[in-house]
Amino acid sequence: MSVAAVRPFFRTTIGKKYLMGFTGLVWAGFVLSHMAGNLLILVGADAYNKYGHAIVTSGILIPAEIVLVLSFMTHVTLAILLTLENRKARGSRYAVSARGEKAASLASRTMAVQGSLILVFVILHISTFKYGTYYEVVVDGVRMRDLHRLVLEVFQQPGYVAWYAVCLILLGFHLSHGVGSVLQSFGWKNDHYAPWIRRISLVYGLVVAAGFLSQPLYAFFMAG
Amino acid sequence: MGSGTGKNLNLKLKVWRQKSSKDQGHFEELDADQVSEDASFLEMLDQVNEKLVLQGKEPIVFDHDCREGICGSCGFMINGAAHGPMTETTVCQLHMRNFKDGETLVIEPWRAKAFPVMRDLMVDRSAFDRVISSGGYISVDTGNAPDANGLPIPKPDADEAFSSATCIGCGACVASCKNASAMLFVAAKVSHFALLPQGQVERNERVLNMVTQMDEEGFGSCTNTGACSASCPKGISLSNIARLNRELFVASLDQKKAAEGDGV
Repeated sequence: MSVAAVRPFFRTTIGKKYLMGFTGLVWAGFVLSHMAGNLLILVGADAYNKYGHAIVTSGILIPAEIVLVLSFMTHVTLAILLTLENRKARGSRYAVSARGEKAASLASRTMAVQGSLILVFVILHISTFKYGTYYEVVVDGVRMRDLHRLVLEVFQQPGYVAWYAVCLILLGFHLSHGVGSVLQSFGWKNDHYAPWIRRISLVYGLVVAAGFLSQPLYAFFMAG
Repeated sequence: MGSGTGKNLNLKLKVWRQKSSKDQGHFEELDADQVSEDASFLEMLDQVNEKLVLQGKEPIVFDHDCREGICGSCGFMINGAAHGPMTETTVCQLHMRNFKDGETLVIEPWRAKAFPVMRDLMVDRSAFDRVISSGGYISVDTGNAPDANGLPIPKPDADEAFSSATCIGCGACVASCKNASAMLFVAAKVSHFALLPQGQVERNERVLNMVTQMDEEGFGSCTNTGACSASCPKGISLSNIARLNRELFVASLDQKKAAEGDGV
């Protein structure tokens, strides 16, 4: 199969959604593992810092970052492209919108708005932590970055905690619609699995949002 | 109407009036008085139109044909919902007993770039016709009708294909979708044939051509909101869209075969 043979597929609206779903799934997997790693803060400062150090020194960091950045850029670019196309396809809006059974869910209607906020969040989040103050600590004789200290410091500020809470709930919301929609875009769905896909998607969003939220809340309330 | 409730309603209508596809259009407020609860929504409009005609005014233009919910001609938005508030119902089968006395109803045509408004509530849906002619057919031998069960089809497949085939092409899916996507319509048509042995000959070209035509007509993409299926008078399931995505993916991998098919 040559590249030329698949190109027409990715030029169709369906192909673009396929790619959008795939790149979204890469990030869905990443946020789940990121969230799980973060939970180490509940274990202790050393465990948390050692985990961070292990990732940085493992050699997986750069390839993973390349995949993540490429996926993110593809996801955002396609989102903008498809949103513009969809606005154009709709043309004028209705005077009133449907309520009740014929209304679409809030999460599904506002994916673009959620995505825009998450984009801003991700940029600020990376600059706060990855490129934030570099404290050092020695654990088991190894000099490493003391991310634990930075996290506790940042989340002493109520404004930060509130902003994170809003963004993480939005991320959960985004995933609750997105994860299930990927399977729809891939065509891996039928009436039999549909209710399960909806449930798994909802739980996925909830688990990621709740898991991530535990960190700023722990830092603010317990470690202050 | 002997068996009805005999109750009447007085309603306020805000109806979209537009002289032609070039006109800007506006809402007009009209009263629908003494409407029988047993009337269908279209009969209510007939009643309003009769009054308008007697007053020497232009009646409200809307598409309709069988008025039995099976032809797919009728359809417009009532209070933002395609075919009104009831599920699995076309406006011709929607009864006035589902509304309250004194209610205000906002009535608008389907809105989508691919469905230009021709006049009032009537839109041009020939984009659907072009999608169908691009692949919504099968090649059959002419001659005598084949034996009824000459071609074995598993019952679940036959049921599923029939369920997809119930699509009447009314356009409610496009109208209710925030992206004006025609995915549910195309998915129903592609599914209908993909599930049956008669549809196998053109299986790959069908999905490639119909999706290409769908995109060319300027319909949007699917964001899986489910508004289409919720509004569909035939309750076409979103799983059809999953099947369409699957069909397109497989057909795209197998394009050589599709290209060979083109030459026939």
